[in-house]
Amino acid sequence: MRCGTCDECAINDSRADGSEGAAYVVALAGNPNTGKSTVFNALTGLRQHTGNWPGKTVTRAEGRFTHEGKTYRLVDLPGTYSLLSASEDEKIARDFILFGQPDCTIVVTDATCLERNLNLVLQVLEISDRVVVCVNLMDEAKRKGIAVDAEALQRELGVPVVKTTARSHRGLDELVQRVAEVAAGKTATQPHRVRWSEPLDAAVEKLRPMIEKVAPGLPNVRWVAMRLLDGDWRIQQSLMDGELAKIAQVQQHPTERFSRQLAVEGRQ
Amino acid sequence: MTQLSPFTSHEVADLLDEAQRVRGSLDRGFRDHLVESIYHDAAAIAGRVTRRGKAAGFDLDRVIDRIVLSPVLGLPLMLLLLGLIFWTTIIGANYPSQMLATGLFWIEAQAAAMFEAMGAPWWLTGFIWHGVYRGLAWVISVMLPPMAIFFPCFTILEDLGYLPRVAYNLDWLFKKSGGHGKQALTMSMGFGCNAAGVIACRVIDSPRERLIAILTNNFVPCNGRYPTLILIAMVIVGAGFAPTAASAIAAASVLMVVVIGVIATLLASALLSHTLLKGQASAFTLELPSYRRPNIGRIIYTSLIDRTIFVLLRAIATAAPAGAVIWLLGNIHAGASGGTLDQHVAGFLDPLGHLIGLDGVILLAYIIAIPANEIVVPTMLMVYMSTGMMTEDVSHDSLRQVLVEQHGWTMLTAINLMLFSLLHNPCATTIITMWKETRSLRWTALGAVGPLVVAFAVCFIVAQAAHLFGLG
Repeated sequence: MRCGTCDECAINDSRADGSEGAAYVVALAGNPNTGKSTVFNALTGLRQHTGNWPGKTVTRAEGRFTHEGKTYRLVDLPGTYSLLSASEDEKIARDFILFGQPDCTIVVTDATCLERNLNLVLQVLEISDRVVVCVNLMDEAKRKGIAVDAEALQRELGVPVVKTTARSHRGLDELVQRVAEVAAGKTATQPHRVRWSEPLDAAVEKLRPMIEKVAPGLPNVRWVAMRLLDGDWRIQQSLMDGELAKIAQVQQHPTERFSRQLAVEGRQ
Repeated sequence: MTQLSPFTSHEVADLLDEAQRVRGSLDRGFRDHLVESIYHDAAAIAGRVTRRGKAAGFDLDRVIDRIVLSPVLGLPLMLLLLGLIFWTTIIGANYPSQMLATGLFWIEAQAAAMFEAMGAPWWLTGFIWHGVYRGLAWVISVMLPPMAIFFPCFTILEDLGYLPRVAYNLDWLFKKSGGHGKQALTMSMGFGCNAAGVIACRVIDSPRERLIAILTNNFVPCNGRYPTLILIAMVIVGAGFAPTAASAIAAASVLMVVVIGVIATLLASALLSHTLLKGQASAFTLELPSYRRPNIGRIIYTSLIDRTIFVLLRAIATAAPAGAVIWLLGNIHAGASGGTLDQHVAGFLDPLGHLIGLDGVILLAYIIAIPANEIVVPTMLMVYMSTGMMTEDVSHDSLRQVLVEQHGWTMLTAINLMLFSLLHNPCATTIITMWKETRSLRWTALGAVGPLVVAFAVCFIVAQAAHLFGLG
């Protein structure tokens, strides 16, 4: 089940083919122009050009970084404002977070307009609980007189929050530390869940047992149910061909994830 | 993958049926409610964790944007900025170009003399030093200085955050022409390199609007064509005026060409969206980022290493073989008259050239330069002077003398050459990129041949009009 744009697609070489030697896969999501590519460059040491205009990351960028002897594969996803509409960028970003099974997703946000950026964060939190929020552009926020209480935000969101100024490499060590902890499963996260309208909640509850039967152990049943109610073709497809169930299986046994992958590929 | 599923497919079918049933019972607006509740939470959380104090100083961004994005001042200011960059490039590139040329051609003379002294056969000396090397020397001396000035200027604008504002200012024009507002961005990338501009069209989601952007990207001059435009502007157009005004006039004429290119882009987009690619323009969100202080180190790295050196290497890679071809064409004699091959070809193309206000040599140069536009001027000059040696004195005066007095160039030739350079077919790299992006031979062919037709048509009309009014 592959569409015509495999070469450019983020899911194309999801962890199975491209991650030799890398212990963890980390996705980099965020609104356009929040400095995602700057974070990417700073972490990987690559020099992908970062122009100051939205939407310039047209090809998927990938790089690696190491931390305490472990190698992380970092995938720069296209910048999006949301994960709910059908644009190509949003599909790529969402599908990678869901099907690419990153061990951690960093959501880069713009400290100067946190409200709009949190819309995306909340949507990512519905899909994955392995998230670290990076509040970037702190220098610009300071210039504009905006202060962000990272600890309060961390309490609100239920996932680690790190303040950074990626351009001058400030806060990146801590970011890497938090990412490593989440990827290794050392951080217990409790993602904030948005309260939905009662009819929607009731509808989701009707589907929940059926989804749990089909894909036991799925961490984001609520979100999958909501997508089904919205008539999301890609999710229906992934249920029919068992892709979602496979993910649920792998998620249940995180320690087996890697050896399983290698076994499937016949490398072990 | 299916064999991995531990469940039967009818359970999935039941689930999907149930989802469909429940969906029917839900209020149709549930999705809007959902989005609303996300927004609500985001606003509430943001409100609780951020504190807005007094900004350090006043909001400079907003003040600048009020001017830069103003409906009245926005467009003129944009043209002024671009004109200023051209002017700086023209003024700044003049002297280094001549120094480089003098140095590089001195090496050619010395090396050729050394070859002769060592007893190398004449054709070897000619092929290597007066062919391949001369092609290289021309490209480096003509292109390097303008690029080393133009690219950093352009990169500063890019890093400042000006490009999205260009898109903002031009959005209504593109919407009117049936294209996508982001086409203004891909067009801006085309100013750097059309192949890069075509790749940048991936930011446009709608396939229809993406195709329009790809097919029309060629109508803005890339850096491979700036040297041609700038050189002609300096040597012929500007020289017709008083020395004090010459560089300003030259910059204005290049700016004029760019404006014509943008107009051609819009017209071609409108034509496509009313014929082959009918449809509505789609809406999109464009975020205007804060202005950011450009990082000097990165600007130098990006504009010199990523752009200047990259383009120069590409030009060199194509200039060397082209230089060899030109030398061969100029030194192989054929036919009863014993003329050289290039004279035959140029003579054959001459009538067609004159019809559109150019001449056979210029057309030949454009054929040889299909791999890369960078080498049009060097090719042309080498063919003009193909009698063997080109004069080593490459000052603008002597260049002007050769073109105007020996080969009958007029202001019309200069203007039409600039127009032709702007509108003609994309270079081979861009054509290949078009194919890679569209995977369609038909669209690629249209993207390659369409501009050529436009170029011929426009030059023909200009030339005939000029003849009609007794100019040129």
